[in-house]
Amino acid sequence: MLKLNGIYKTFNHNTVNEKRVINNLTLDLKKGDFVTVIGGNGAGKSTLLNLIAGVYPPDSGSISLDGEAITFLPEYKRAKYLGRVFQDPMMGTAANMEIQENLALAYRRGKRRGLRWGITNKEKQIYVDKLNNLGLGLESRMSTKVGLLSGGQRQALTLLMATLQQPKLLLLDEHTAALDPSTAERVLDLTQQIVAANNLTTLMVTHNMKQAIQYGNRLIMMYEGKIIFDVQGEEKSKLKVTDLLQKFEIVSQGSFANDRMLLS
Amino acid sequence: MDVLLSIYGATAQGLTWTIFALGVFITFRILNYADLTCEGSFALGGSISSVFVVRLNLNPYLSLFVALLAGLVAGAVTGLLHTKLKIPAILSGILTMFGLYSINLRIMGQPNTSLVGNKSLIFMIKDLLPTAAELGIKDIVLQTGVVLVVGLLFSLIAIAFLYWFFGTEIGSCIRATGNNDTMVRAQGVNTDLTKIAGLAFSNGLIAFAGALVTQTQGYADVGMGQGVIVIGLASIVIGEVMFLKAKNFAVKMLAIMCGSVIYRIIIALILRMGLDTNDMKLFTAIVVALALSIPTMLKNKPLFNRKEAQR
Repeated sequence: MLKLNGIYKTFNHNTVNEKRVINNLTLDLKKGDFVTVIGGNGAGKSTLLNLIAGVYPPDSGSISLDGEAITFLPEYKRAKYLGRVFQDPMMGTAANMEIQENLALAYRRGKRRGLRWGITNKEKQIYVDKLNNLGLGLESRMSTKVGLLSGGQRQALTLLMATLQQPKLLLLDEHTAALDPSTAERVLDLTQQIVAANNLTTLMVTHNMKQAIQYGNRLIMMYEGKIIFDVQGEEKSKLKVTDLLQKFEIVSQGSFANDRMLLS
Repeated sequence: MDVLLSIYGATAQGLTWTIFALGVFITFRILNYADLTCEGSFALGGSISSVFVVRLNLNPYLSLFVALLAGLVAGAVTGLLHTKLKIPAILSGILTMFGLYSINLRIMGQPNTSLVGNKSLIFMIKDLLPTAAELGIKDIVLQTGVVLVVGLLFSLIAIAFLYWFFGTEIGSCIRATGNNDTMVRAQGVNTDLTKIAGLAFSNGLIAFAGALVTQTQGYADVGMGQGVIVIGLASIVIGEVMFLKAKNFAVKMLAIMCGSVIYRIIIALILRMGLDTNDMKLFTAIVVALALSIPTMLKNKPLFNRKEAQR
């Protein structure tokens, strides 16, 4: 489904700040996989997602999705295949536009846009139904400006927008990290629901080990731009937070003490 | 009577400048891009329109649309400089504006062109009407009336067109780009193209306005665009302050039309009260600075004053 082969990515080439963020990374996702990605700060998790989304190209290596080489396809062109939710709740929506206008933009992802009216009455009914499923009461606020919504509501809306046109791959970049615990839980539940209902292939980056274990059928741990641990199926379901911590201790030779990870 | 006459004249002038303010609105408010190209493209429209009528003896209506096309190109150049060559937004606009100065001089072959003795758009229409003497009014009143109706008509057409365009799929993408271009790219839209399109549209309208203003004032000057962005901003903020509750896009644009007229009326009245014309730009700059900052200051004001809060 998604194949990454021998990917390298270095930022700030030939400067004192040079940093190799992705170091010979190879990854192969099967259709319907729900993969959680964990790792400390600077492990390259977000960079991995950005490379797949096409925010920047890799220095070397290749990326293909469903058999199509997308290594150098511009971001806006591969958006046709991808649903994305960002860490920052402000990033996924247009604040000065109405909820229904945002949905209408997402509804046309991967389609030709012309001089037809930007939103039709027929699709509004679809949006009402979909918003109803979220259970946040947004269906009665279709013409509210998105900027007036809370972070959790915006993130739930972004999730809906990312999946309104079924994507081949759903990319979730710590999409609950900026939310309070109970809202984060709610958004994660919704994520689980939507992924299961549409049988979506999903790559979810998280800082939270418990979440990484709880969700998905496969778990990847990254460290210094490499995948250092990759479990799936039954082995993953038996995994405990202490196992993961131990893994981290081994690869980082004890220097690993990321409080953000320990606290979660 | 004199006061009424100057308000009457100011209203007509404000209406001919509405399309210009709408052009600035597209970049400044919709695209969130402070575009200085407008100072060059406004004069570009004026230059083309004057040469069309004076030198080439062509129809002034046609000159408006050729000016529109030229403005589209000027805006697209700024867009390309910004998106493809990664030049910062303000600098891209300044570069195009700077270059347009020479182009405008080339078009006219001289720093200014007078339409006197030729048929301007206003005179063409006036010829179709009975003379002022037959109507029993002063000639200036009739002429200003023609300007007023022409300005109003073109403004309403522009507002209707923009309302339609920004409601379409492509228009929605341009609006969203000004909000959050990351999101727009994630929805599969080439944001370089939407930015270029927005800038082109804006400058097309502005050049059209430059041509219209030239036709009504009877001359074009290579420096006629200098500082006009401030006039556009003044019209926008006056309109916004007056129609704070406006949500509908068409109403917002109508508010700008009112803003443009009120700005001209304020200027006319202040000039009558004895403000030196040389000080007008300083005055406008101060008004715009205040109008832009007051809404932000009001927003940051605590809900209760401190004394009440302490209770």
